[in-house]
Amino acid sequence: MTTYPLEGYRIIDFGWAAAAPRATCLLADMGAEVIKVETQKRLDPVRFGPDNLTRDPEKDPLFHSINRNKLSILLDLTHPQGVELIKKLVKISDVVVENFSPGVMKRFGLDYDELKGIKPEIIMISFPGVGREGPLADVVTYGPSLAGLAGLDSMVGYEDERVLGMQQAYADINAALHGAFAIQIALYHRETYAEGQHIEIPQIEALLSTMPEPVMANSITGSIPGTIGNRSNLMAVHNNYPCMGTDKWVSIALLTEQEWKAFCKAIGSPSWTKTDSYADGYRRWVNRKELDRRISEWTMTKTPSEVMEILQKVGVAATPCEDTEDRFLDPHFQERQILIDVEHPSTGVDWVPNVICRLSETPGAIRRPAPRLGEHNDYVFGELLGLTKEEIERLIENKIIF
Amino acid sequence: MHKTLEGIKVIELAQHISGPYAGMLLSGLGAQVTKVEEPGVGDISRRCGPFPDNKPHPDRSGLFIYLNRNKQGITLDVRKPTGRQILLDLLKDAHVLLEDLPPKVARKLKLDYGHLKKANPQLIVVSVTPFGQTGPYRDYKAYAINASAIGGMSSIIGEPKREPLTPPFSLGHFQTGIIAANAIMFALMARKRIGKGQHIDISEAESWAIFHTGNVVSSFVYSGRKRTRTGHRTPSPYPYTILPCKEGYLSMIALRGSEWKRFLEIVGNGNVPEWYSSDERFQDRLKAGQQYADILDNLLAPWLMSHTKEEIFTRCREEHVPFTPVRNMDEVVHCEHLNQRGYFEEIEYPGEKKFKCPGPPIRFSRSPWQMDKPAPSLSEHNDKVYCEGLGYSKEQLVQLRNMDVI
Repeated sequence: MTTYPLEGYRIIDFGWAAAAPRATCLLADMGAEVIKVETQKRLDPVRFGPDNLTRDPEKDPLFHSINRNKLSILLDLTHPQGVELIKKLVKISDVVVENFSPGVMKRFGLDYDELKGIKPEIIMISFPGVGREGPLADVVTYGPSLAGLAGLDSMVGYEDERVLGMQQAYADINAALHGAFAIQIALYHRETYAEGQHIEIPQIEALLSTMPEPVMANSITGSIPGTIGNRSNLMAVHNNYPCMGTDKWVSIALLTEQEWKAFCKAIGSPSWTKTDSYADGYRRWVNRKELDRRISEWTMTKTPSEVMEILQKVGVAATPCEDTEDRFLDPHFQERQILIDVEHPSTGVDWVPNVICRLSETPGAIRRPAPRLGEHNDYVFGELLGLTKEEIERLIENKIIF
Repeated sequence: MHKTLEGIKVIELAQHISGPYAGMLLSGLGAQVTKVEEPGVGDISRRCGPFPDNKPHPDRSGLFIYLNRNKQGITLDVRKPTGRQILLDLLKDAHVLLEDLPPKVARKLKLDYGHLKKANPQLIVVSVTPFGQTGPYRDYKAYAINASAIGGMSSIIGEPKREPLTPPFSLGHFQTGIIAANAIMFALMARKRIGKGQHIDISEAESWAIFHTGNVVSSFVYSGRKRTRTGHRTPSPYPYTILPCKEGYLSMIALRGSEWKRFLEIVGNGNVPEWYSSDERFQDRLKAGQQYADILDNLLAPWLMSHTKEEIFTRCREEHVPFTPVRNMDEVVHCEHLNQRGYFEEIEYPGEKKFKCPGPPIRFSRSPWQMDKPAPSLSEHNDKVYCEGLGYSKEQLVQLRNMDVI
């Protein structure tokens, strides 16, 4: 009998897109019952991503990946009866998760004060982009833009060239990880002290908490890093170098004198490595652009895997820059089973990332594929809330279960 | 208010960022975290800075202080059998060991999970490494740039045909830390049910390859689509891009046509500009994003280059357009919004000027976040932990120090 860390906990998930759904996905992987509340009036846009050419909401591969292990119900929250049903569900649940713009849950009549009135120990978590209070509280924007507001994007680009940015929903995923942790803290808190609480993960703040170096440097010296490329202030050799083939690169980083010596030997001790310009770490740092050119001349004669093998053998950090296909085929990742196939009734087989947390006694698991729309209406409204078949049918007819 | 993790004892045998960030989160929420450092040398982050007045000092490194405030600090050389035994004694009444020994070293020192479990079956051991405890690369070395390379993050940042860009600073280490913190909580929750500890295997490469870039695998297998580097924009209906404006840059993502129309109306002073509405090529936004993005970037440039990012931001907020300025670190540290919210905290070292550091990533209404004790100086709590805690005499401590055990 497998035990899951979070079995027995019920989470109502109003999440859409990335931040909330990624958080509840991790908790569902570890055994929590996560009930995704969807509505035909406004489907999760992830059900219609760029890879879903069929426009069938059951056929989006990214949706399947993010929402595996979850249940789905349909409910129109703009309808008072819909809200009543959710309130009944809250009474028998432990956590409510949402990543709407601030104010939306209140408009539904489902803000924390309201939910606390129904169930005092309820735990609620919200993921506002910038926070519900303060001069920027009105700002509504997409996840990837938050990296711009937090200063992260300003540093992403080739050294002293234009800003390119992270070009992804980085802040959302970082917030999701902090959110999953926060929910667990609140559950643990409740087990010990019998009280629920309201948690907020302002996505900009959660991101900045993982960027202390430039924050502190600016506060001390007023420094403003521009686009920094792959430059490191601790390592002269610290870059992605071109290899044999099209668009093939290998990362190499050397921190110590010992690693530099091992590196030189491994590449055949060419005479250029003995010149004055590279005699110590400081000189190598000052002359790093020329040094990078020299190293590239060597890496261009090898594949990324060859470079990795040669250098790792002598204790030097080197890894290929792997794209999706590379990672799929990588022997280490294959042995570690980072990806796993899941059968889905609408798409056959999906390949999805495996559970991120590896626990030896209570590992998580992918127990069911992503849910189809409203797949668990009968279970939730019938079994959990005690509605009769006729009542459910009437709610469907009246487009409340919709 | 009650400190949520009060009573939880964590021994942190980890350095730099990944392990210590997890330790920081637990410590801030009430756990007692004891940081174990190598005698004489200490945690590598003591050398990272930034330092007040740019004067390096092992107790004044910003990064070390940020991550290790509130923890108690002891020195111990676990490579020596005497040191190893002292660690096992410390673990007897600990709940969690957070460690980052290379798997080969842990086995050699007999500090792998099998041995630790014998010393304390209730112990939760979290091993944080670049590649994990198993697999052909488990003994490989990786700094942040290497983990993000193999994890797939770098291959999607930068311009096509040019070198992939690694995320700035230590984002990957922090992701590993928050994943480790999650795993510790899963194990603490599980402990209530199964009555024992377990081993947790955390890999930085997998923080990227599973959690950040793992989801695109489904798309790849489904439709063969691989994400590649596309410079300052992401493939999408136009716009999904970062464009230069006067004295800065603007992040422009409009997933809804209505949002884009409202922006164009700002540009055209109330109406969508003629040059846009009369051009067939731009009416299908997906096609425009795929084929005419460079042209559109150039057509928008004159207007963008005559307005600053903050001016544009103000107008966008008025008109409900979701575009935002790309701020630099100075603007962020002085951001009125963040400061009014009290987000930043201050690090104050006696005799030095205060400086700001980030505040907590999470706001709880009932679980207080408290960082009220300073970061430990090297070996600061040796007396407390070894004498008061384990019953060593002060003379014994001197002898242990003489022999480089502590």
